[in-house]
Amino acid sequence: MNEKDTLILAIESSCDETAAAVVKNGREVLSNVISSQIELHKLYGGVVPEIASRKHIEKINQVIEEALAVAGVRLADLDAVAVTYGPGLVGALLVGVAEAKAISYASGLPLVGVHHIEGHISANYIENKDLEPPFLCLVVSGGHTHLVKVQDYGVYEIMGRTRDDAAGEAFDKVARAIGLGYPGGPKIDRLSAEGNADAIHFPKAKIADAPYDFSFSGLKSAVLNYLNGCKMKGETIVEADVAASFQKAVVDVLVEHAILAAKETGMNKLAIAGGVASNGTLRRAMEEACRENGISFYHPSPIFCTDNAAMIGAAAYYEYRNGVRHGLDLNAVPNLKLGER
Amino acid sequence: MKILALDSSGMVASVAVAEDDTLLAEYTVNYKKTHSQTLLPMLDEIARMIELDLNTIDAVAVAGGPGSFTGLRIGAATAKGLGLALRKPLVNIPTVEGLAYNLFGVEKVICPLMDARRNQVYTGIYTFAGGEFQVLAPQMAVSVGEIAEKLNEIGREVVFLGDGVPVYREMLGGLLKVPYQFASAHLNRQRAASVAALAMEYVREGKTETAAEHKPEYLRMSQAERERAAKEAKYHEDQNH
Repeated sequence: MNEKDTLILAIESSCDETAAAVVKNGREVLSNVISSQIELHKLYGGVVPEIASRKHIEKINQVIEEALAVAGVRLADLDAVAVTYGPGLVGALLVGVAEAKAISYASGLPLVGVHHIEGHISANYIENKDLEPPFLCLVVSGGHTHLVKVQDYGVYEIMGRTRDDAAGEAFDKVARAIGLGYPGGPKIDRLSAEGNADAIHFPKAKIADAPYDFSFSGLKSAVLNYLNGCKMKGETIVEADVAASFQKAVVDVLVEHAILAAKETGMNKLAIAGGVASNGTLRRAMEEACRENGISFYHPSPIFCTDNAAMIGAAAYYEYRNGVRHGLDLNAVPNLKLGER
Repeated sequence: MKILALDSSGMVASVAVAEDDTLLAEYTVNYKKTHSQTLLPMLDEIARMIELDLNTIDAVAVAGGPGSFTGLRIGAATAKGLGLALRKPLVNIPTVEGLAYNLFGVEKVICPLMDARRNQVYTGIYTFAGGEFQVLAPQMAVSVGEIAEKLNEIGREVVFLGDGVPVYREMLGGLLKVPYQFASAHLNRQRAASVAALAMEYVREGKTETAAEHKPEYLRMSQAERERAAKEAKYHEDQNH
């Protein structure tokens, strides 16, 4: 290993994945361990915060130990410990934060707190070694829908955000309505392949004076109204058509806004990130739109799209290089703003 | 034997370091629940004052529940992180037992009461006999009425302590048929020194666990699990009718 290499242990527990990773120089993933609770939360149709927190505390040491073992490093080999401290579920975040602080304290390693969305954006650095700011990034997940201008490492300008539901949340709610269950994204994506995306016309919300903002609650209501209407009229519902038409409405608006923002800002690099970025239809649509507009398109592999700690390690490296250090009083900040430290 | 102990199960945040029969340092604060921000800085403060080399401790003891769910996890994650980094075992001290240990040597019946909300207390019944700590009833979540009944059955003088005392003081007067008193300010809340002292006994009895194994004992399901269990019970009942 090179003398100047920077090795970071990263911990992520903001929602329902307990994750730890060891990342070298922000771009090379030596280990990426994820313990998912998804099967447990399926019983409740969504993430239950108290149950998530309880699972995190049961798994966190095993996940960290495995991340160190797979990477073949000891704490003494590391340069820093990084942890997601917001945004997210406060009880879930606190497990990772308290654990990371204790490890940092006992091992003498510096502590770097990381913003969860900054992690998602940085997931793009892992497999795109040439990607450097500035670029535009569309972050879409169960909890977030942000259109972000990445001006430099750690410097962000939020150009657009959702006014109500996150894109992934809309997927979950529609999936529930057509009986697919949780999590909705992958299930709708799979079912859509068998449906006609032009079968039903669902409205796309535009927000006056905020061309980059999103709104998905109206779309969700339109789907629910459509389903109720069919039931009342005794018409058969073709779930695959509903899924495909709904997904198209979401994807179209995400692509339109992202491309518009890229053109307006003169950005020739566009990345996507977050759990919904692993949606095949979104990825293909974005790729095509970028090609048509002469924009380079970047996306992480699915494993780096959903919550993971490798992306936190990637983000932490640049924070660490910028001199960001947190103290033993670091707290979980459930509504942490991007770019705040 | 050197023990580092933590208790963040309730309003109190407390850290202590004890070596054999000597308490080297203790820092206890009973003021607002900001444990996430204060617990580790408190430990750092006492560690500096006693020039503690963390590698010289034998085990990390933690009040392992019941208590505030979040508070317990802050203590647990802190203990687990320390255990992982220092490669030391953990000692899981039941919170109510740790509280009872505040009254070391008291041969009356010791009954800690922690306010558990929803008209319940986290409690247990303990005593010392000939210097030996005895668990008469292990920790539980019950109504004040239930614990009062158990104490009446035992029929001996009781000492109460814990943050449930101010909440249920008046109610106890109407329920108890045995003489009772309340522990004074220096003994009536969680103290990491007691957790440390009791942990010495636990270690001697081989009752340690790995940092990975440790998890809090909540004595209570989450609300979502409770509701789901109730729904399932109702479903089965309906099926049977």
